Amino acid sequence: MSFDVPDDLRYRESHEWIDPETGRVGISEFAQDELGDVVFVELPGEGDAVDAGGEFGVIESIKAVSDLYAPVSGEVVAVNEALFDAPELVNDAPFGDGWMLELDFEEGDLDDLLSADEYADQIA
Amino acid sequence: MTLRKPPLRAGHAERDAKFTEFGGWDMPVEFESIQAEHAAVREAAGVFDVSHMGEIEVAGPDATALLNRLTTNDVAALSPGDAQYAAITRDDGVMLDDTVVYRLPDEQRSVEAGSSEARSEEAGSDGGRSETVPAYLFVPNAGHDAEMHERWVDHRDEWDLDCEVRNVTEDWAMFAVQGPEAPDLVASAVDDGGPDVRDLSRFSATFAPFAGADCWVARTGYTGEDGFELLCPWDDAEAVWALFADDATPCGLGARDTLRIEEGFLLSGQDFHPEDEPRTPYEADIGFAVDIHTEFVGRDALAAQAESGIEETFVGIELLDRGVPRHGYDVTDEDGHVVGTVTSGTMSPSLGKPIALGYLPVDLTDPGTEVNVVVRGREKRGKVVSVPFE
Repeated sequence: MSFDVPDDLRYRESHEWIDPETGRVGISEFAQDELGDVVFVELPGEGDAVDAGGEFGVIESIKAVSDLYAPVSGEVVAVNEALFDAPELVNDAPFGDGWMLELDFEEGDLDDLLSADEYADQIA
Repeated sequence: MTLRKPPLRAGHAERDAKFTEFGGWDMPVEFESIQAEHAAVREAAGVFDVSHMGEIEVAGPDATALLNRLTTNDVAALSPGDAQYAAITRDDGVMLDDTVVYRLPDEQRSVEAGSSEARSEEAGSDGGRSETVPAYLFVPNAGHDAEMHERWVDHRDEWDLDCEVRNVTEDWAMFAVQGPEAPDLVASAVDDGGPDVRDLSRFSATFAPFAGADCWVARTGYTGEDGFELLCPWDDAEAVWALFADDATPCGLGARDTLRIEEGFLLSGQDFHPEDEPRTPYEADIGFAVDIHTEFVGRDALAAQAESGIEETFVGIELLDRGVPRHGYDVTDEDGHVVGTVTSGTMSPSLGKPIALGYLPVDLTDPGTEVNVVVRGREKRGKVVSVPFE
């Protein structure tokens, strides 16, 4: 099975992505497939600070609980509250409506992340 | 440790199943999606590979006596083709496992010189003497087969009983076909000339031919839906599975778990465990599987508990706040005191709400009693409800 890995995003080894343009953060298609049906998402509030590599939330599928790790440091400027009532959006559209946070971050922090090619190799 | 593999391990992998270790077996946990598989069983039909379940055969003149002394229910009440749910308890009444006991067709065996004459004997076709003896098969949970085989052999020898005890776990594959469409589906899968399995009542079983293989088919299950469990010869597993794989949705252990939690069914090793969660059948709310008038290991302790009453019992809890209750999470009362533990929990696929099973003090078990489940340090509001959840 092969998974979508959009070129314009940067990735963390723990399967989170960030969109350098918008600062949006989510998890990859591969990650949502590994988890299975997502039933619960716990996210920080607007204005909270997150640290690169630090836990920013929790995602639960029927069979597993996983921590979510911030790809970069920054301030949470938006939270996808639709996920609280419809966590299955993470399965349906992990790179779209299943986004989790929008961060205000320093562009230099992106250098520590994987490119799409590097991430695709990791999950191959 | 090497994991034991069901006969269809490779076929499941080809279907892109995800696997998990369960009771020492490498079993499919999910094919497409746990929620989709769960819905298929509630609305149509699903087929599960449950070959990790153990099978122990007990046959001989004293087979009934041995089973009656090691299980909590009254095995003497069974006729060939009957099935019975029971607990297996130790001396103090704590459950080691739960099981279904099937009475198989009686067996003929030749009478050895000097054996007891008090049994029904008849001349065998070869002119030698043979006798009719009862035969049973019981199904311990995954990973318990060796332990239960040993327990049965040890007690047989200790009590000097005359019967054979054989661990046939790897002679039999086991499939469960469950859901409202299961009766028609299983009936149409029987070979021409075989019995109509729709005539079986709940907890009845018979041999029937599937894909040329003689299978033991029982109207039992672990989902709350109508359906059947089939024991099929290990080497015929692929041909028998193929009879169902197109018309029933292949389901993994994930859906099996969410389906049984919605029904409030116990999972051995998780909702009770001799060391980690020692519970009697009364505490686990399966008193219906205890016949206190039979003589079994643990009987005296259970009789005493029936007399004195239980302090804690198994209940359902529905969460009102968002969160997913999981095994091991604390349950607190209105004042925040820990009063119990979640033994099983999930987000109910059918009901769309978080549900849990666990033990609470009896004064907190009235439906509607407010309790909390502590999820990652935060109390989530919930209430006690009766099971099955609705």
